Amino acid sequence: MHSWHEFLDMGGYAVYVWPAYAVGFVVIAGSGWNARRGLQQALRRARRRAQEVKR
Amino acid sequence: MVRELLRRELLIAWRRPGEAMTPVVFFLVTSMLFPLGLSPEASLLRPLAPGVIWVVAFLAGMLGLQRLFRADFDDGTLEQLLLSPRPLTLIVLVKALGHWLVTGLPVVIGGGVVAAMLFVPARDVATVIAGLLLGTPVLTLLGTVVAALTVSLRQAAVLGPVLILPLATPVLIFGAHSATLAMQGRSAAQAFEALAAMFILAASLLPVAAAVALRISHES
Amino acid sequence: MFTWLHKMGSPPVLYRVAERAAPWFKWTSLVLLAAGLVGGLILAPPDYQQGDGFRIIYLHVPSAWMSLFVFALMAVASAVGLIWRLRMAHAVAAAAAPLGAGFTLVTLVAGSLWGKPMWGTYWVWDARLTSELILLFLYLGFTAVVNAFPDQRTGDRAGAILAIVGAVDLPIIHFSVKWWTTLHQGSSLKLSGSNIAGSMLWPLLVMVVAFTLYFFWILSLRVRTEILRRERRASWVLSLQGVGGARGGAR
Repeated sequence: MHSWHEFLDMGGYAVYVWPAYAVGFVVIAGSGWNARRGLQQALRRARRRAQEVKR
Repeated sequence: MVRELLRRELLIAWRRPGEAMTPVVFFLVTSMLFPLGLSPEASLLRPLAPGVIWVVAFLAGMLGLQRLFRADFDDGTLEQLLLSPRPLTLIVLVKALGHWLVTGLPVVIGGGVVAAMLFVPARDVATVIAGLLLGTPVLTLLGTVVAALTVSLRQAAVLGPVLILPLATPVLIFGAHSATLAMQGRSAAQAFEALAAMFILAASLLPVAAAVALRISHES
Repeated sequence: MFTWLHKMGSPPVLYRVAERAAPWFKWTSLVLLAAGLVGGLILAPPDYQQGDGFRIIYLHVPSAWMSLFVFALMAVASAVGLIWRLRMAHAVAAAAAPLGAGFTLVTLVAGSLWGKPMWGTYWVWDARLTSELILLFLYLGFTAVVNAFPDQRTGDRAGAILAIVGAVDLPIIHFSVKWWTTLHQGSSLKLSGSNIAGSMLWPLLVMVVAFTLYFFWILSLRVRTEILRRERRASWVLSLQGVGGARGGAR
């Protein structure tokens, strides 16, 4: 590949390659972000419960 | 004891003919929808026949799955069975056999009738019946596992088919195409070998799984 | 091995292991993902027949591999949970399931977009895509069963039976679908020629490893969340480092 433009064009297949990778990114990275957020929420909830117990 | 249990199962079905006949009636009626919905042309129906028969047989098999364990679950018979000194796996196998005799076997015979109505050549109708004979027990056994898992759930009727159908796709593939290959004059031996292998596997493993599933459901 | 299993079956131990392992999986997977993407999207030469369109393979194949790997993992974890009565094993299976379903979905979408320019339609009934579709339904069925019961333990164990039956059935499903495609002279999504060039192959292997490591990273996060949710009344949860303190973060 010799140029940025050629790279984006994917030999004419851009309309297939990039949406595929976009969906892949959304699902895979998305599940990662979702997992991290879920864990943070769970920790927050556990913290709150611990404080209630202390009271 | 096996004979006793089997006799009980068949007697219950005899006393509730409506419940027992629903699958085969559904099978016949739904098969009839295809010529009505598509076309009465033999040239169209004949190649579609194996696929139609097997798909509808599958759907018919999904009906009335709950009758395997639900009634026993509700009236406490299941508890008795679980406490029985006899191996639960054997009890489950007998229940599955009773269920198949009542709901599966009629579909096997009905399949021959539908095949003839969909213009399957006479010599190939036997192939259809043979395939259904091997395949419907596998479907019943899969249904037994799922029925055991869902017996305590209210939405079991909706969930059951969704769980079984993906698992049962190989039966559908080999069953339907055994008949298609025969109709095309090609050898269906591979398909029948696969069906037989699945039958043996299912009969040896699935009753165990269903027994475990029953205990799990009961403990909930 | 038995003692290791029981050690890992203890919720606080599993939690700590997941917590410590996460950064390791995170950084190795991200580095390998970058390497694989560079290798696959830039360095690998275009395919003789498919041009640059074949590059979807670097997404499709690793996802397909993960969809199967995760299901196998779920089945093994389920079996361990049933046999040794370790509810943490069921927690791992429950944590892994949505990730496996996600990989299956990506496999289907990538396969669909790969199929369109090659075969003209967005859906091809080829062996891999059809098997993946059935696998997706198995994943969804598992999650439905686990969540259908008011009692967590029953749901876990019911799902476990389904996962094990499903895992045993998977090779049969693949075999039957493959056989089915040969009947109809179906086409299969693959590269022209079986001798795949080395420069095309190494990014694929790197991506497969990268996806696996990434999965274990995300799994370690989800397992911790599952544990916190399931064991919320346990005293060790209440005295967790970071819980009740000023800072509690997810790494």
